[in-house]
Amino acid sequence: MKEILTMRHIDKNFPGVRALSNVDFTLREGEIHALMGENGAGKSTLIKVLTGVEEFESGDIRVDGIEGPVINRSPEEAQKNGISTVYQEVNLCPNLTVAENLYIGRQPRTAFGTIDWKTINENAKKVLTDLDIDVDVTKNVEDCSVAIQQMIAIARAVDISAKILILDEPTSSLDDNEVEKLFTLMRKLQSKGMGIIFVTHFLEQVYEVCDKITVLRNGELVGEFTVEELPRVQLVAKMMGKDFDDLAEIKSAATETDNSHKEVLISAKQLGSRGAVHPFDVDIYKGDVIGLSGLLGSGRSELARTIYGIQNPDEGELFVKGKKVHIKQPIQAMKLGMGLLPEDRKDEGIIADLSVRENIIIALQAKRGVFRLISRKQQEEFADKYIDILQIKTAHRDTPIKQLSGGNQQKAILGRWLLTDPDFLVLDEPTRGIDVGTKTEIQKLVVKLADEGKTVVFISSEIEEMIRTCRRMIIMRDTYKVGELPEMEISKDNIMKAIAGGAEHE
Amino acid sequence: MNKETSTLKRMVGHQLFMPIISLIIVMLITVVYKSLFGKDGVHLDLTFFQIQITNGHLYGYLIDILNHAGGLVILAIGMTLTVASSAGTDISVGAVSALCAAVCVRVLGRENVVADYSTGVYILAFIAAMLVGALCGVFNGYLVAYLDIQPMVATLILFTAGRGMAQLLVNGYIIYVRKESYKWLGSFFPHIPLPSALIVAMVVAVVMYLVLNKTALGLYIQAVGINKKASHVVGLNSKMIILLTYVFCGWCASINGLIKSSEIASVDANNIGLMMELDAILSVAIGGNSLGGGKFNLFGSIIGAVTIQALSTVLLSMSVESTQVPVFKALLVAAIVVFQSPEIQRWRRNRKARAAAAGKKVA
Ligand SMILES: Nc1ncnc2c1ncn2[C@@H]1O[C@H](COP(=O)(O)OP(=O)(O)OP(=O)(O)O)[C@@H](O)[C@H]1O
Ligand SMILES: [Mg+2]
Repeated sequence: MKEILTMRHIDKNFPGVRALSNVDFTLREGEIHALMGENGAGKSTLIKVLTGVEEFESGDIRVDGIEGPVINRSPEEAQKNGISTVYQEVNLCPNLTVAENLYIGRQPRTAFGTIDWKTINENAKKVLTDLDIDVDVTKNVEDCSVAIQQMIAIARAVDISAKILILDEPTSSLDDNEVEKLFTLMRKLQSKGMGIIFVTHFLEQVYEVCDKITVLRNGELVGEFTVEELPRVQLVAKMMGKDFDDLAEIKSAATETDNSHKEVLISAKQLGSRGAVHPFDVDIYKGDVIGLSGLLGSGRSELARTIYGIQNPDEGELFVKGKKVHIKQPIQAMKLGMGLLPEDRKDEGIIADLSVRENIIIALQAKRGVFRLISRKQQEEFADKYIDILQIKTAHRDTPIKQLSGGNQQKAILGRWLLTDPDFLVLDEPTRGIDVGTKTEIQKLVVKLADEGKTVVFISSEIEEMIRTCRRMIIMRDTYKVGELPEMEISKDNIMKAIAGGAEHE
Repeated sequence: MNKETSTLKRMVGHQLFMPIISLIIVMLITVVYKSLFGKDGVHLDLTFFQIQITNGHLYGYLIDILNHAGGLVILAIGMTLTVASSAGTDISVGAVSALCAAVCVRVLGRENVVADYSTGVYILAFIAAMLVGALCGVFNGYLVAYLDIQPMVATLILFTAGRGMAQLLVNGYIIYVRKESYKWLGSFFPHIPLPSALIVAMVVAVVMYLVLNKTALGLYIQAVGINKKASHVVGLNSKMIILLTYVFCGWCASINGLIKSSEIASVDANNIGLMMELDAILSVAIGGNSLGGGKFNLFGSIIGAVTIQALSTVLLSMSVESTQVPVFKALLVAAIVVFQSPEIQRWRRNRKARAAAAGKKVA
């Protein structure tokens, strides 16, 4: 097959970090090529170097059809050279409409030279319908869910005719259905001869669509393999540099759950928030691990956010340890021993310009109050502790968090909440963008927290992950709580069935 | 030797490097100018740095600059915090200064020439002025934080209305205060060698430094300025924090108004604090602070304010027309802002990274 992209001996340093050293990468016509590696291995950096977001120190990039070495100075230039990219951090303009975002920088014009809104909106609608994305194109992007935003970014990249398509963790917030749609699209593009670089931490997805795998570790190339010659176990070993069983059982065997003697920690009675989640009843016990399952927009995040006070409830009652409470602000929930790791890391999680240390201690500091500043020494101890426990890869604890790789940012935010030592912790997509090894560690951590008597609410698009950790499942559909599954009944089939329908609204 | 170069590099990279350099350049230009064009022909003229004591007060060129910079320094501190918390500037500070000065003088007396008042009334007048300043801040802050109005637009209201209200209070007259003690704040307190405005500015700066660094407030303001939503999720009351910075900024404006009115022993609602909002914003920018909010450096803004005042004073002393002073200010600002622009910074960073990589390979 014809090589359409070759990158040779690529070096890239950040202050204090050797992000890429002597890395080779080759992409061929009609090939879907997985780029794999742990968090901070250098995947996104390789892509940024290729597409001109970052400059590189040395190396050689060639693109088929272009004479001589190619150095892109900006993503626009890369686009002109036939490379279209969806970056890991979706970068759409939040206050522009969906259609505007799709055509920004390449708006069709009317005969008078003004922007042709009609065509833009019509084209946008067509592009999105082709992808089976159901969204009003005149809506502002900021009003769309993360998944829809990700789909829009993909639609935008795909709509630009290119020879090379790069997808950096495009599936991190998509559910199975949407992933399937994306794969269908990728196969279609592949059959037209497009080369696709695909970054993901979901190993099954690699085996489902990819032909080749290139593995990076610590900024160095481990090797290029065909999918056939590198079965899952070996892939994990190559990525981590050691053998690791990421599918080992992590919780004790399922038992018949008897909740009657358990202490009720949180109890909601017809709690609801208009437009976000319909009134629901729920009892949450001490030491529980509860999964909230449902499609995106089913209200699974909103249910937890209503309890935590980000979403203000407008009806119903909430009891914490038997006492009636009115939570209007997250700080009140935190003082009652709650914590919530939000789904949208960039928008609601990281405080980009602050250091890793400050990002880790900020929630505890807020809980303590403005006058009880945590001493610098103690801040450093806390930061170092979680950098160590969660294996956060950072040049220094005082590095701005925005300079960390996506997965490492996520770990730092998780550390932030663990530091507040909550009795009740909501984890909304905690393993998004996190590599296999750490994912298992986090799942183990959840089970351990529960064993210590803490309560965890776990929300994930990945059903397998919830099956591995949860002791009870709450099923959401169309903003209604439609059912619960006790531990004995938790299985992929049952969950899918419940999500899809069958059970009536309560 | 290697260590020396790296220390040098770190200095050049520091946020305060440019502000300090520009201040030094302004001073050097003055010395050169005075040396070349002085009355006594060409000779080294260092009168700029001379400080003498007369009647127990310090006098001299530098003292003069610092004295006049006092009000601007205080405004710059307030402005730094609104910029940090809300990525927005409070353009009403000049007008609010005038309003507060008018309030002060109205509490002192009803006449157009206030001749006498008791100490109690004097204190009351100050408190009233500060209260009004803080109230203006509450108004601005409420619009920005709770109604989500663009800071520039929100503060435009008092920018326009502030002077009008001041005029109403003084009935359109210039009110004179003929009591010696009224001048103290703008010049010297008896038996104190340093100018009062300088002392007040230093007190405000030190207190704010302590408040921001010994409590978590500094961290909170930065966090809110960088990511309001994330700050809310981790338990910060983002809106209240933004409101507070505007209240503080309004209070700063009232202090500035009192100082400026004391300097001229009168209240001229048309002129007190005129255009000072721009100088305050410039101070923040020259100090190397991003107007996009988030991280800030109080000290940078203070040096920025002194630089701007030094430039104005120096230019006036070179008998540059006061109407032309803004041109030179603009030149200085252009130079500094270009140097700090992301493109130039990126270029410098890349050069540094490449140098580091080359160094590593050699080693
Ligand atoms: N702008 C930056 N400044 C400094 N260091 C950076 C910057 N961007 C990335 N790095 C560092 O480079 C290394 C590689 O990061 P990269 O984002 O390429 O990882 P990744 O393989 O994409 O990881 P993930 O799976 O978490 O997305 C990391 O150690 C990261 O901290
Ligand atoms: Mg990445």
